[in-house]
Amino acid sequence: MLPPTPAQTVGPFFGYALPFPQDDELVPPGRADAIRLHGDVLDGSGAGVPDALLELWQAAPDGTVPQEPGSLRRDGWTFTGWGRASTDDAGHYSFTTLRPGATEPGAAPFFLVTVFARGLMNRLFTRAYLPDDADALAADRLLATVAADRRDTLIAAAEPTGYRFDVRLQGEDETVFLAYPGE
Amino acid sequence: MTTIDTNPNAAQRTQAEMSAEMAEQTAAYERAGVEETQPRLDYAPYRSSLLRHPTKDLHHADPESIELWSPCFGERDVHPLESDLTIQHGGEPIGERMVVTGRVVDGDGRPVRRQLVEIWQANAGGRYVHKRDQHPAPLDPSFTGVGRCLTDDDGTYRFTTIKPGPYPWKNHRNAWRPAHIHFSLFGTDFTQRLVTQMYFPGDPLFALDPIYQSIRDAKARDRLVATYDHDVTTHEWATGYRWDIVLSGSHPTPLEEDH
Ligand SMILES: [Fe+3]
Repeated sequence: MLPPTPAQTVGPFFGYALPFPQDDELVPPGRADAIRLHGDVLDGSGAGVPDALLELWQAAPDGTVPQEPGSLRRDGWTFTGWGRASTDDAGHYSFTTLRPGATEPGAAPFFLVTVFARGLMNRLFTRAYLPDDADALAADRLLATVAADRRDTLIAAAEPTGYRFDVRLQGEDETVFLAYPGE
Repeated sequence: MTTIDTNPNAAQRTQAEMSAEMAEQTAAYERAGVEETQPRLDYAPYRSSLLRHPTKDLHHADPESIELWSPCFGERDVHPLESDLTIQHGGEPIGERMVVTGRVVDGDGRPVRRQLVEIWQANAGGRYVHKRDQHPAPLDPSFTGVGRCLTDDDGTYRFTTIKPGPYPWKNHRNAWRPAHIHFSLFGTDFTQRLVTQMYFPGDPLFALDPIYQSIRDAKARDRLVATYDHDVTTHEWATGYRWDIVLSGSHPTPLEEDH
């Protein structure tokens, strides 16, 4: 295996470069089946992180993996499954998207969230599971390997308009972040 | 919490104190004798990391379903002219015009084809077009410092830009970043996502910079430094630099395309 190129922080100045129009609108907000996934990114003192960038990657409602281009130039109709949201001055982010489906029968559906921020030397991966199907969550392979008292950090909270998922970079209720083999 | 001062604007520590802290980290790394290829998330000399690094171990996960795929980008997303940062405005930007090119490959050396590469950088005076950049160096009306391209079928990317300047930051007294270009890359699967920085050979600020030194292994740090390549340099037009990128990540079916 070739040794990987090391990561470096996204720094403070990505804000004029990485965001693009409708980056956080995987579907238009007015669409009937649109939902909101939103939350705060918090540091070890509980303060909002105003210079974080989140990326969302998810299955379509029918559980298929989107492989359509067009995320950077949204046409309002193509669901690409990928988006990007910057936190605001209070550390809050928000996506408009669709509910991800189960990729296999009985599997627990989830959003994949990648976190970048000034002060963070490498991106962090996590999953935001939908809370709706208790049986699917109980049977999930990854959740089964997470200590019971930390499992909730991976499960989004249902709201009338969608889901809330806070990301805690550090502290007692720190979010479970994932490392994949080969890293 | 301890009373560590994490307000970057209030940093009064000297470069000497910071360099001593970095030397301690290097010594600890050499004592441990375990090779690291990535930066430390917990690297105290980089003050902004203090409250922003996870304190618990990352949780091992096997990629499944959607993690084995990457978002898809295409000609609809990126115009070919977006790879030339010197033509985005009316005039020629000030600074050393240069071409930066290289290949994006996976750990097995296979090209990462048709994937998105994004870059952003300071201008020749070390100034970003960003509202939070207060460095009193001139903005260049002919230079924004943002570029995008797709890799070709060989995994090659190519940008035309100008050489960025070093710039001060408020990590400690008299802190300066070595000149760099920020890079954002996607792999063939989700887990290979990489955001990093490319540096220039021989920069005198390398030893003084906590962000560069957060990669504690010298060989790994070297992998972020481009090489001057006279074959990329063009007659009477631009100097040339080459920088190849290796993405990490899992490859559960490497035998499918074995060669
Ligand atoms: Fe920078």
